[in-house]
Amino acid sequence: MTDLKPMHSHEGSVDSGSCDSRREFLGTAVAAVAVALTGCGKLSKEEFLQHNFRELSKDEIQTIIARLEAEYKEKFHKTVKVGNEAAMPGVIFGYALDLSRCIGCRRCVHACVKENNQSRDPEIQWIRVLEMEKEEGVNIQHAEQYYNPDEVPREGHFYMPVQCQQCKKPPCVKVCPVGATWREKDGIVVVDYNWCIGCRYCMAACPYGARHFNWGEPHIKDADVNPDTHYLGNRPRPKGVVEKCTFCIQRTRKGLYPACVEICPTGSRKFGNLLDAKSEIRQVLESKRVFKLKEDLNTQPNFFYFYGV
Amino acid sequence: MNTAPIRFAGLTLLLLAMPSFAHEPSKKGEPVAQEGIQVPKPPFSEGVFPCTACHDGKQLKVNTQRRELAMHSEIELKHGPDSRWCLDCHDANSRDNLHLASGEKVEFTASFKLCGQCHGDKFRDWRVGVHGKRTGSWNGPKQYLLCVHCHDPHSPHFKPLKPMPPPTRPEDIKLRKGGAR
Amino acid sequence: MVNLRNFKQFIVDTIGLMAHGSRLYYAWVGFLLLLIAVGGVAYANQLHNGLIVTNMRDQVSWGFYIGNFTFLVGVAAASIMLVIPAYVYDWGPIKEITILGEMLAVTALIMCLGFVMVDIGRPDRFWHIMPLVGHLNWPQSMLAWDVIVLNLYLLLNWFVVTYLLFSSYLEKHYNKKIVLPLVLLSIPMAVSIHTVTAYLYNGLAARPFWNSAILAPRFLASAFCSGPAVLLILLQVLRKTTRLKITDEAIFKIAELMAYTMGFNLFLTAAESFKELYSGTEHMVYFQYLLFGLEKNGVHYNTLVPFAWASIITGFVAFLLFLIPKTRTNWTTLNIGCVLIYTSVYIEKGMGLIIPGLTPDALGEIFVYRPSFTEIAVAAGIFSLGALVFTIMLKAAVPMMLGEFTISKGRKAADAVPENEPIQA
Repeated sequence: MTDLKPMHSHEGSVDSGSCDSRREFLGTAVAAVAVALTGCGKLSKEEFLQHNFRELSKDEIQTIIARLEAEYKEKFHKTVKVGNEAAMPGVIFGYALDLSRCIGCRRCVHACVKENNQSRDPEIQWIRVLEMEKEEGVNIQHAEQYYNPDEVPREGHFYMPVQCQQCKKPPCVKVCPVGATWREKDGIVVVDYNWCIGCRYCMAACPYGARHFNWGEPHIKDADVNPDTHYLGNRPRPKGVVEKCTFCIQRTRKGLYPACVEICPTGSRKFGNLLDAKSEIRQVLESKRVFKLKEDLNTQPNFFYFYGV
Repeated sequence: MNTAPIRFAGLTLLLLAMPSFAHEPSKKGEPVAQEGIQVPKPPFSEGVFPCTACHDGKQLKVNTQRRELAMHSEIELKHGPDSRWCLDCHDANSRDNLHLASGEKVEFTASFKLCGQCHGDKFRDWRVGVHGKRTGSWNGPKQYLLCVHCHDPHSPHFKPLKPMPPPTRPEDIKLRKGGAR
Repeated sequence: MVNLRNFKQFIVDTIGLMAHGSRLYYAWVGFLLLLIAVGGVAYANQLHNGLIVTNMRDQVSWGFYIGNFTFLVGVAAASIMLVIPAYVYDWGPIKEITILGEMLAVTALIMCLGFVMVDIGRPDRFWHIMPLVGHLNWPQSMLAWDVIVLNLYLLLNWFVVTYLLFSSYLEKHYNKKIVLPLVLLSIPMAVSIHTVTAYLYNGLAARPFWNSAILAPRFLASAFCSGPAVLLILLQVLRKTTRLKITDEAIFKIAELMAYTMGFNLFLTAAESFKELYSGTEHMVYFQYLLFGLEKNGVHYNTLVPFAWASIITGFVAFLLFLIPKTRTNWTTLNIGCVLIYTSVYIEKGMGLIIPGLTPDALGEIFVYRPSFTEIAVAAGIFSLGALVFTIMLKAAVPMMLGEFTISKGRKAADAVPENEPIQA
């Protein structure tokens, strides 16, 4: 408080302005507190001091990626690659889902879980499929997520999968107190899992229930770990941070379709570059009856629902 | 019988039928994506193709009379009006082909042309990728499917599937026994 | 003379006052420490296993901790109920005891900080929220604003309290030129902390229950009508157990002000209810869940209904008790009223605000949330920590306020059986 002179330190070389050693001492002391605060989990000094991804230099990112790959190798007993592909220029991703064709089989949900290394126990699923009645139309209050008939589609019902809409005006980005989530140039809203403090304000702000929290330590069997990952996408996440659909950033930035698009047996999912006039997604937007979910909230999603028939 | 030339011809027909793929856009600085599409073989039942193995015009005579068949009894025809029957699509004289309303023959590998006669809107959508499943690259080569890969031409109504399990209810999500790993 | 040596002595003496007391004092502190330990053990479990040991899940991602946080921000804001008459209208009887309100604010803010720390998923990353060192998303994020205003308000109150006590300790009169502007500043600051906290919820279009224009006024009204209730009871306790002079007049004046704010609070609640229930849009579903329960797919969800009505009824009864002069000036009914209004607003800010805002969730799912044992234990620990902080602050502050303990007086007495020990009634 008022005692301005540096106190006796165990380091020994504190007195005059030897800022580095004092900072180092402080850093170590705070790191010790931080390790305690993780509940005696493993927390290296580098991980503790790591800054917001957007403020890191290329070299720092490489170092961090090397560290992460080593950690994953130790944890999962296999080589996991953490990529850092940047957004392709001239690309903004768009997604369209054909409500007239979705049969609610949930193959997209599970393909996503496998591709994106989601925790199996406690369970996290980035896609939620809503079953609604055709008579009622799209009425979220009357939707049912836990349907489990022998066969889908059920008579008189239609199905609407919901995942991150990658909004152009994302409320989650607006409210994050530490700037751990942001919208990339290709439209994907990403999370820096090493910066998120787990306050869950973004989850309250999301109108689509698209963000999910690692309430406990995530668990995936070694064999189930997908080793092709992206730093901002499907790399295995730690406890206590938020995660969500990233349009399979590890695939789409290499030109591939997201896993949910590929697995859908009815071809209800369409994906592509909104800036390419000849893309499938543009064809959909120009020729079909398209709507946006909760459009009145003006989140301007890049995810559209349409009626193919 | 060597079906490779037929299949190659079919693939070429496929290419010609789809002008959009000739103008596949290539991204700046990237090598031109591989032209064309890969389509899996038509989903014939075991041993049924080539049809001319039996329908060679010698052992089995051509009989255009509409009737209930002795063979192929496992096929249930539920496609369109009751007046439709096998030879409306299958060519009576060239059993390894289908035929259009004009009589023009169509390969099994290009059966979409036949489907597209009546289902023009679906055909147009399928050509540009709005209808039907595609895998591969959004900005490069893709794998398509023929109509018949998803829609059994004899009974095309999309069959219901068994859904994968529902999500765990939040009240059932608990701390993992035995620790995280 | 204000110098460093004196201040150091002040600190030492303060700690001395806090560390010694009667048997009752030790018993009370011991009890609080025990509860804090219980909370600590529960929190250690939460740190190790993650927030999965709470009952919060994706569908209701904020719960007991944030409910308590919201309520306590209101308590912290309420200290200005005492400041406004004291300094703005220069009203004698309240001036001396305003310092108690500010100490309550400091305590409440410490508890707020505690609840936020236990709620976030990565407390080891708390430094990320610090400006310059971390990355504070200001001015976009309302949480960033909240971090700033809450800490500023804490600093302000802490400084004023310390300065006033230090001046008293040095047997000097405090410098009005320092204190008055700060105290006057604390009025808009107190309004700001609760407004910003209200805006936290208010700005979320995803949650129609919170996205109503009168949320911030409702927060302020409920804070002002409930926060002083603690002080009213405290003042009665203090004037019985210490030589602190608090007139009946002062207490009744505070109660009268509270009555008006209670009425306004009830009016705003009625206005909110009318808008939702009369217009009858789909957004009504949150109010319905709160007040009447919801039926979905054959299941009835009525968990919050008894609490919602308890909150409304206790609030209304408290309003009457405080409004009618006869019951306001009767100590029994006054104290009953205090307990009732405190209960009413506590329920309203926790179960009546957080849960219905998140139930049904964004995709229409109803998840019934009840705090788990861990959450209750941790919350008890934090409340006990607050009680402890307040107790030891009072222990040091009251003798200084009374002038019984200064730099020259009462020092020996602190070592022996103190004569400024609270009189056991």
